[in-house]
Amino acid sequence: MQHIFQEIMGKYNYWLYIVLMMIGLYGMIAKNNLIKKLVGMNIFQTAIILFYISIGYKKGGTLPIIEIPHGHHSISPAAIDIDKYINPLPHVLMLTAIVVSVATFGVAVAVALKIYKEYNTLEEDEIRMRLRER
Amino acid sequence: MKKLGLFVTIICGAILLYATGEFPRWGEVRSPASLHVSPHYIKYSVEETDVPNIVTSVLADYRGFDTMFETTVIFCAGLACFLLLRVFGRDDELTPEEEKGIFYRHLPTGIVIQFKKEDVEIRHKDFEVVDSKLVPYDLIIKTACRVLIPFIQLFALYVVAHGDFSPGGGFQGGVIFGASIILLAIAFNLRSAIEKINEKLLGILSALGVFIYAGIGWLCLLLGGNFLDYGRLASILPVDPIRARALGMLGVEIGVGIAVMAVMIIIYINIASAGRHDEGL
Repeated sequence: MQHIFQEIMGKYNYWLYIVLMMIGLYGMIAKNNLIKKLVGMNIFQTAIILFYISIGYKKGGTLPIIEIPHGHHSISPAAIDIDKYINPLPHVLMLTAIVVSVATFGVAVAVALKIYKEYNTLEEDEIRMRLRER
Repeated sequence: MKKLGLFVTIICGAILLYATGEFPRWGEVRSPASLHVSPHYIKYSVEETDVPNIVTSVLADYRGFDTMFETTVIFCAGLACFLLLRVFGRDDELTPEEEKGIFYRHLPTGIVIQFKKEDVEIRHKDFEVVDSKLVPYDLIIKTACRVLIPFIQLFALYVVAHGDFSPGGGFQGGVIFGASIILLAIAFNLRSAIEKINEKLLGILSALGVFIYAGIGWLCLLLGGNFLDYGRLASILPVDPIRARALGMLGVEIGVGIAVMAVMIIIYINIASAGRHDEGL
């Protein structure tokens, strides 16, 4: 019982991201409207971003900016405690991923706009119907 | 389709939940992700690059190639939006808004005049073109934005310039700067935003940002080092090689900031007006 409780308390963050990710995946698969599919994709991306950020977290760690003692210009590597600073790598990866996801979302909306201009609808089944009529 | 989707989602979710059994606990100090390269980054960032913000030093120096191609991806996204949506001249079929003609507002009185013909053009300081969906002149919003926008832009420049020492950098600063121009487009109208920063300039800026990044890389190559080996810049800058790395990173971040700013505005303008660049949100 103790073991199960510790397991839940230690890993509930991953479970939340998985739930969020599955909401996004369901939206991408099951929704009929293209914009709703895009929203699902964005939720999926957000879940992945949160997952990465949580991997980099260390209990008791502060943000990854080295604290240089006042009055000094530099700090020697031996004086830096690794456990004090959270892992910077996931932050770097997600920093670029967020901006790239905004840019790719822009392209996706542009394509959706083009589709709307051509078929006057964003519902997937109606678009398929129009395509079959041609 | 909905039931199948739900089934697939639940199966995927169950597999992923099962996999979390192997994961380290949240916040574990010695988790596998923090043991491989990140100790080196944390320990030697200041010594090797003279940049206290490890995120910036990893972004622009240790993983410089990655960031360069991320910037290229953003540039390509802006280019794709432009090529997909932009229409030059007129469409064959007029939208309902265009059939209504063109609208001018007489500024001193606030009276809006509608011309049914499209080719009427008034060039006078008392008249301005307004969108066909009648938007009332809102003094409060316009004045508030006029006060806010310069400070937002100043903050964006601060975020770019201080990326080495505090949270910030090219991506964040570029997005903030782009947001200030988008705020201008929302508060006034799209035309006045495009007048301030026109399409040609935006296209040049988005390419220039990527060029600055790659150019600094090539400069290092020309000075006898590896691509993006900023230490070599010390031979043309009046600083030691360690400090030159920090300055090289600053240059690269400025390039990223310019590219991101231009691409965000290009995407907004093209999507808001569906490529016609006349009126939108």
